[in-house]
Amino acid sequence: MFSADLLVNALVAGLLLGGFYAAVTVGVSVSFGILDIVNIAHPAFVILGSYIAYIANAQFGLDPVLVGILALPAFYILGGATYQIYYMSFEKRGQEALRGLAFFFGLLFITEVGLILVFGVDYRYVSAPYIDQSFSLGIIHLPMRMLVPCLFSLLMLICLQLYLTRTFIGRAIMAVAQDQLALRLMAADPIRIKRIAFAISIATASLAGAFLIIIQPVEPSVGREYIGRVFAICVLGGLGSLPGTLIGAMLLGIVESFTATFYGPSWAPAVSFGLLLLTLAFRPAGLLGR
Amino acid sequence: MTVRWWTFLVVAAAVAALTFLGARAVDNDYLFFAGYTVLQFVVLATAWNILGGYCGYVNFGTAAFFAIGAYTTVFFHKTYPLPIPVLLVLAAVIGALVGLGTGYLTLRLRGAFFSIATLALAVVLQTLVVNWNYVGGSRGAYVIRPNEIAVIGSYIQYLFLIMLGLTVVSLTVARAVERSWLGYGFATIRDDELAAEASGVPTLKLKLIATAVSGAIMGMAGAPFPYYIGYLEPASAFGLPYAVNSIAMPMIGGTTTWVGPLIGALLLGTLQQVATVTISSAVNLLLVGLLLVGFVIIAPNGIVGLVQPWLRRSKGKKPHGG
Repeated sequence: MFSADLLVNALVAGLLLGGFYAAVTVGVSVSFGILDIVNIAHPAFVILGSYIAYIANAQFGLDPVLVGILALPAFYILGGATYQIYYMSFEKRGQEALRGLAFFFGLLFITEVGLILVFGVDYRYVSAPYIDQSFSLGIIHLPMRMLVPCLFSLLMLICLQLYLTRTFIGRAIMAVAQDQLALRLMAADPIRIKRIAFAISIATASLAGAFLIIIQPVEPSVGREYIGRVFAICVLGGLGSLPGTLIGAMLLGIVESFTATFYGPSWAPAVSFGLLLLTLAFRPAGLLGR
Repeated sequence: MTVRWWTFLVVAAAVAALTFLGARAVDNDYLFFAGYTVLQFVVLATAWNILGGYCGYVNFGTAAFFAIGAYTTVFFHKTYPLPIPVLLVLAAVIGALVGLGTGYLTLRLRGAFFSIATLALAVVLQTLVVNWNYVGGSRGAYVIRPNEIAVIGSYIQYLFLIMLGLTVVSLTVARAVERSWLGYGFATIRDDELAAEASGVPTLKLKLIATAVSGAIMGMAGAPFPYYIGYLEPASAFGLPYAVNSIAMPMIGGTTTWVGPLIGALLLGTLQQVATVTISSAVNLLLVGLLLVGFVIIAPNGIVGLVQPWLRRSKGKKPHGG
């Protein structure tokens, strides 16, 4: 049963899956990890991205990744607007703990039910020339539908990491969680910086959604499975660290892939929760935590 | 405001008895079916509020605790059928233990982690149940309910009565907790946990008590459910509507007192029964989501918060008038 090529392929599948998980999680790493906004609605935005990719693909035959890139500005604006409502209604009044959470939970729910009302509960998928293809390197089997999302996701992470560490606004975003007063003295408005950062976090959902629908058929409630995963990765990697996010995502991908290969795929959703609970119990700061 | 808890219990029981007799006088089975669902939400909302409203810790896993109760019943239905009151106790114990376990692992951290853990708890328990063939796995399990029961007659009336009793118990518990040292402790946690901890309030212990009580009541709410529905499958037992409703109802009614969840659940529960019949069940869920978001933005203290200032003003005027 534990043959070498099964083991190697499970490992590779886990790494590819992990790359994709990193794309889904990176938005939460920014919003929850850096800004301390518990955006549990993030997976709903990802599913929204999937459906936009689906519509554009079914109607105009556009490539899903291209659609994900084209939809970035729209998601950026959506994120900015969401943050504005959140700030005005909760953060300003200091009520983000209870009501802010309920707000995002409501958003998650409205998006899901709204999508069900419009599209029904049928699974939707996209078509692109590379989705059915795969190639092999020796005993390693590389399906394109996993490889393409993984590579684009790594690219997105690298761009974001460079933006956060090399530009003024990026550094301001990293600073906003630590010292808002100091940020003001640098002539940067903390609220504006947070709005930009939250908008970026939602924008990543556009691409992550496109990757998701390349990897698997999507229906509106799929997003719920990702809530546990996303926060498990985020906490495991260490809040607010993008390299940590990538490592956490790869780890979860590998563990899930091994579980699916050796115990059966129906157990996979429980893995992330187990990992999350263990991390919270033993090392709440995460692997690369501050 | 100095009504003792047992006086409250007697009054609540009397109201419940009148409700039951009134419903029997109408003698329409649909009334009992719809009433059961509304009451079930009163219990869930009240249970959620003990942790969420009093302590300020958001539990997204209502469905998980509810399903624990429901699957306790399914398990015993297969092994050794027990009367529902016994099942209620068992469901309460298991619900409390799961609440304690989750709480012990995550309540020492910031509130957000607890919320996320409860969200994931539902997914994991559902995975466990789906893979557990004895209780039906993903196919679901049939629980045939008897048609008749001694004394009361029709079984749905019996279930309705049980849920009515559970409502009385949960409201009494919520009210007693609210006005005891526990309630004041919970309020300090909600307002400023750091300050509470610094002034010697045993915050972790209090939070664990709240989680256990809340989990126990949620478990009890789920225990009669398999007999009500007749066929239980994981997707319906772990349905997102339970989580959303049990958060939306207290938020809409008002979270700081036991009245809030009651008002919210009665309003929203009845509204949903009407909407399910007249429009569609998907639309009524959308309605709940929109109401939740609308209320947390516009009326942070719910209906009670809207009415309270007005009540106080009229109360303050009375002495002058008299």
